Amino acid sequence: MANYQSIEHDVLIIGAGGAGIRAAIEAAEMGANVGLICKSLLGKAHTVMAEGGMAAALGNVESKDNWQVHFRDTMRGGKMLNNWRMAQLHAQEAPDRANELEAYGAVFDRTPDGRILQRNFGGHLYPRLAHVGDRTGLEMIRTLQDKAVHTKGLEVHMECTIYKLLVNDGRVCGAIGYWRQTGEFVVFKAKAVVIATGGIGKSFKVTSNSWEYTGDGHAMAYLAGADLIDMEFVQFHPTGMMWPLSVKGILVTEGVRGEGGVLRNNKGERFMFKYVPEQFKKDYADTEDEARRWLDGDKTARRPPELLTRDVVARAINAEVKAGRGTPHGGAYLDIAAARSPDYIKRKLPSMYHQFKELAQVDITKEAMEVGPTTHYIMGGVRVNPETAESTVPGIFAAGEAAGGMHGANRLGGNSLSDLLVFGRRAGMGAANYAKNLKTSPALNQADIDATLKEMTAPLDRVSGENPYTIAQDLQETMQTHVGIIREEAEMKEGLEKVLKLKERASRAQSSGTRAYNPGWNQALDLRAMLTCSEAIARAAIERKESRGGHTRNDYPDYDKDLSKVNFLIKKTTAGEMGIRKEPLPQMPAELQELFKGESNATSQS
Amino acid sequence: MQPAKAETGTISRLMRVFRGDQKRSELKEFTINQHPGMVVLDAIHQIQAEQAGDLACRWNCKAGKCGSCSAEINGRPRLMCMTRMGDFAPGETITVRPMKTFPVIKDLVTDVSWNYEINKKIKPFTPKPKNADGTWRMQQYEVDRVQEFRKCIECFLCQDVCHVLRDHDKKSEFGGPRFFVRAASLEMHPLDTADRVPMIKESLGVGLCNITKCCTEVCPENITITDNAIIPLKERVVSRYFDPLAALWQKISGLPKQPRGGA
Repeated sequence: MANYQSIEHDVLIIGAGGAGIRAAIEAAEMGANVGLICKSLLGKAHTVMAEGGMAAALGNVESKDNWQVHFRDTMRGGKMLNNWRMAQLHAQEAPDRANELEAYGAVFDRTPDGRILQRNFGGHLYPRLAHVGDRTGLEMIRTLQDKAVHTKGLEVHMECTIYKLLVNDGRVCGAIGYWRQTGEFVVFKAKAVVIATGGIGKSFKVTSNSWEYTGDGHAMAYLAGADLIDMEFVQFHPTGMMWPLSVKGILVTEGVRGEGGVLRNNKGERFMFKYVPEQFKKDYADTEDEARRWLDGDKTARRPPELLTRDVVARAINAEVKAGRGTPHGGAYLDIAAARSPDYIKRKLPSMYHQFKELAQVDITKEAMEVGPTTHYIMGGVRVNPETAESTVPGIFAAGEAAGGMHGANRLGGNSLSDLLVFGRRAGMGAANYAKNLKTSPALNQADIDATLKEMTAPLDRVSGENPYTIAQDLQETMQTHVGIIREEAEMKEGLEKVLKLKERASRAQSSGTRAYNPGWNQALDLRAMLTCSEAIARAAIERKESRGGHTRNDYPDYDKDLSKVNFLIKKTTAGEMGIRKEPLPQMPAELQELFKGESNATSQS
Repeated sequence: MQPAKAETGTISRLMRVFRGDQKRSELKEFTINQHPGMVVLDAIHQIQAEQAGDLACRWNCKAGKCGSCSAEINGRPRLMCMTRMGDFAPGETITVRPMKTFPVIKDLVTDVSWNYEINKKIKPFTPKPKNADGTWRMQQYEVDRVQEFRKCIECFLCQDVCHVLRDHDKKSEFGGPRFFVRAASLEMHPLDTADRVPMIKESLGVGLCNITKCCTEVCPENITITDNAIIPLKERVVSRYFDPLAALWQKISGLPKQPRGGA
């Protein structure tokens, strides 16, 4: 049997993006001994790729803004399927978290009177996103990183992959994984574990996500017995790069549209005016002239339709391409050059300017970009208690993209960075309190550890088998084709069959070399989580026989009245199968329901 | 290197990639299919998927935002994700090596942990009290210059190219360009009150930099490292320790730091 190192913490945080680091800071400040695990080096997590900003109703640019408006925007964007309490806590606490980040040293762009500047974004009624040009995520991660390394009781473990949560007597007792650099195994004994592992984008072919997004946390929590919620809802961001092929899917920030960028088809038509859903018509401009006046600061004008929610814009681009009005590489044109001066563009969107210049040889201060939908974010995740972020398994907590419920059927841009901080903090607090109140420390199960070590070395022990990279590519192709942006029953069922076959192939994955920094072996081990998440997405998507938010079905193009009242939950059955069940939405209190008077969430969505 | 041209079609390309660790290593040849628009990181991924599954490299965002895929490409420190294959002449062999300044772990992956140790030594952000209305006010022009420093993606290419570290291996006496940028981002932060000048002189050893500007040249974020970060820090050290008038002023006024805005 392979050797392993043993490390003990009160609270183990898996994932060092915004949510994980914020959780670690909170738990450590509460006196817990905290281990923070990074799959990459510290500061490289996916949060660095967030561009546009962090939504918080600070009211610095528009004093009419407040948490109620933010809450309403969030619920409307999520097509009313959000956990109302999470959305409320998020809207209420986001301003404090933004100010706190400034106190940690973040340097946001400023208003003329010296406060934190806020920009417009899709689905947000008022300018709400605190930002730093188009590199807000980098600012957040660097600020948190520097805060964390100076926080006592917080130990950072870099380039460590966690493979499995260890559960004994129905509660968590630790986790097992390996150091990427050496391939040596490590067992963490912990009273509480926070899952902050981000998303699942690597299960799709066209994605804005990095290699780390293999759904580890979703899968580990599920395998440990936790509920997953809303897994059918995957966000396809409307604007990913289209060309060259090698950069297809890389994110083009919504900030481009927030700063005045417009979408056109190959006929030069500004097509978004045709796609404004009934529910949103009163808030969006219906002529180019009105949209232009809004951009120039006319407060009587309504917002341009490019600032509709991501699900709506992604479907619109898709429809234009299908109708033969796409760009040469199958997308839409996004033009900021016509709206803003080159200096302004370079100042407010510097990374976009460089990204297009260097990777596509396009000067966005002069030419339009070609953009199209890219797999970006999963709304679904580990089901948590809104107050404590605890999952349905005692001692397992989750925050950020790995947690579900907050965003419902569709997430608004800018609500992720704020979610990371609001619920990262709550998860850290929840985990530290749980650890403190634990009367007896759970013991590790040696047989479980031994079996897991064997499972992890298997791909290297096989003398022949399947190439793990090929299996991953086949999975990405399958999910893209069968459970992608536009879905259909028969297609998805075929997709699910393929995923199940790929599971069998994955059990024969074989890697060469040693365990030391071996991406082939790492890929072989990542397949389990990628396949588990893919299966969950496919199963939930088949069950939701309607179109809503990020989930669009050709065979059921409208909202379904009954399905507007339920979430789908996924849980491992005692037989080890993936079980799925419906559960009614938690009841929103009357005073919050007041905010939606006269609105219906059961009408057609497009 | 040739200027970028519009690329058409797939071509075959010879690559030489560093394989091995500190004990044993070689430059291994791989022939890859180069598609239009491809970057060096794509070529490395192709090799991993088809020819050498255990070829080690770091990467994350593939969009020049995370600073993970630093390497030396035909001798030049660059991000693999932002280096287009089409920028090299069709017949030219592309050689990829790990950063030389840091110990190799395996293949293209180096041990950069020293950088994280240096960072811990830098006194953290120490803000002045908030205004009566509970906010801090800063003008955009006041934050412009620290925002430049905060663009740093920690790719450590500046550390790799810096001859004080690369050729003279003065890691015990010198912090390197990255941490002058970091120190400058704190020192010039309009809200910060901590004094880092002694540390910049002693443990970061700013005096060892002789302003060859190699760091500025390789920075993928185009941070003007030497002119905007290092030289102003050198000036702060000089006026604190070597300028008699400033020393006198400091004694009389009791102010430990240079006035804000002064470089």
